[in-house]
Amino acid sequence: MEPVIKVEHVSMHFNLMEERVDSLKEYVLKFIKGNLMYNDFIALDDISFEVEKKDMLGLVGLNGAGKSTLLKILAGVLKPSVGKVEVKGTMVPLIEVGAGFDPDLTARENIFLNGVILGYRKKFISEHFDEIVDFAEIRDFIDVPVKNFSSGMYARLGFSIATVVQPDILIVDEVLGVGDFRFQEKCEKRISEMIARGVTIILVSHDITMIERLCNKVIWLDHGKMRAYGDMKTVCEEYKKI
Amino acid sequence: MKEIISFLNKYGYLISELVLRDIKKKYRRSILGVFWSLLNPLITMIVTAMIFSNLFRFDITNFPLYLLCGQIIVTFYNESTGFAMSSIIENGVLLKKVYIPKFVFPLSRVMSSCVNLLFTLPALFLIVIVTTHSLPPATFSFILPLFLFFLFCLGIGMLLSTVAVYFRDIFHLYGIFLSLLGYTTPVFYPESIVPEKYMFLFKMNPLYYYLSAFRQAVYEGHLPDYGLIAVCVGLSAAALVVGTYFFRKYQNNFILYI
Repeated sequence: MEPVIKVEHVSMHFNLMEERVDSLKEYVLKFIKGNLMYNDFIALDDISFEVEKKDMLGLVGLNGAGKSTLLKILAGVLKPSVGKVEVKGTMVPLIEVGAGFDPDLTARENIFLNGVILGYRKKFISEHFDEIVDFAEIRDFIDVPVKNFSSGMYARLGFSIATVVQPDILIVDEVLGVGDFRFQEKCEKRISEMIARGVTIILVSHDITMIERLCNKVIWLDHGKMRAYGDMKTVCEEYKKI
Repeated sequence: MKEIISFLNKYGYLISELVLRDIKKKYRRSILGVFWSLLNPLITMIVTAMIFSNLFRFDITNFPLYLLCGQIIVTFYNESTGFAMSSIIENGVLLKKVYIPKFVFPLSRVMSSCVNLLFTLPALFLIVIVTTHSLPPATFSFILPLFLFFLFCLGIGMLLSTVAVYFRDIFHLYGIFLSLLGYTTPVFYPESIVPEKYMFLFKMNPLYYYLSAFRQAVYEGHLPDYGLIAVCVGLSAAALVVGTYFFRKYQNNFILYI
């Protein structure tokens, strides 16, 4: 089988300054004092793996292990310092859903704005407009500026817009922790439908039972290094021991 | 060329949505809405014209039109570059979430300022007709300097948006710079009052060339000089090259600083 995602020797370095220097005055002061030091922080260290079509890849690891950084690199948001990433097919990132909303615009306007940001055609959004609204259950608030929305409504709308397409690859970062249990069930159902239609999923979760339920392969990240990669059962059992 | 078409095909909707958002937000909940784009320069022009034709008298024929031309150019520059400067920082959340070519943001900001400018054009033509009782076809050659000016502002906007990510002081510094720039541009005074030894200030000010070409079309009613247009082309190309160079060089690191 041909891999849809190919990650080769990817490393990510951050130049973390000791403190953020935001103004010229601070900069000059620090420069004179000689403590304008850069701390090279290695968030990811030489990661290589391949994902095949229809794989359900889970990412596990403790906080700060580099999971979100890896997702952002896969989504193309961050560019790796070293190495390269090849992705074939369309990708929908479910990272911080609803983050791109403009609070002053209404839900209707935001659906179009967010849709084009995700790369949909205007015609496509018009056709699926009702579907998006109904899934998010915000029919009565369609012309209200989203700044008046509750956080649940926000997340529902974001999830609904992002998942209206059938992408080749879906990236999920802990989004299912939002909304009430009924909506969470709805989200999982929608993801299951996508799986049935042959989507490749990359999932980050601290909920190990969810990884076990959905994934067939798992990567275990530890301080930016790949500690284990392979079959879900073996990696999960090792991971649970710590 | 092929790349540009496929780019527009892919991101044209996004750019138009972003421009639309800026305009919607600017006039949200105001009663006159878009008409403010028309009224604002007119009212400013009337106020300034009243002050300068009573307090300080300059020997300028058709002062209102002279003034309005200057205002349109300077306002567009201030608005578009200032607006583009904050574009990357303000869209930080989006940049962290999905991949979008980042220069879409300064571009859409300069474009929405341009749309604003287009709304003021009816006012400009109204003044031309009322004060000169004619509208020579050559007036419409203003499109050329305006288009070049748009490219110039885009280049500067991209440069500023890059700088602003790393160096926030630019927001305060730029305000001072803008007022300096405004005074060294002959908006409300004739070029002739500036002594010979200070003429270099005009020569150093890019806005001066665009404004001169724009005035030749609208105020004097003839085609802009070739020499002047050549200078404008050069300035626009330089601004675009510098802006694009720095933007491309640093864009991959934006996300680490916003």
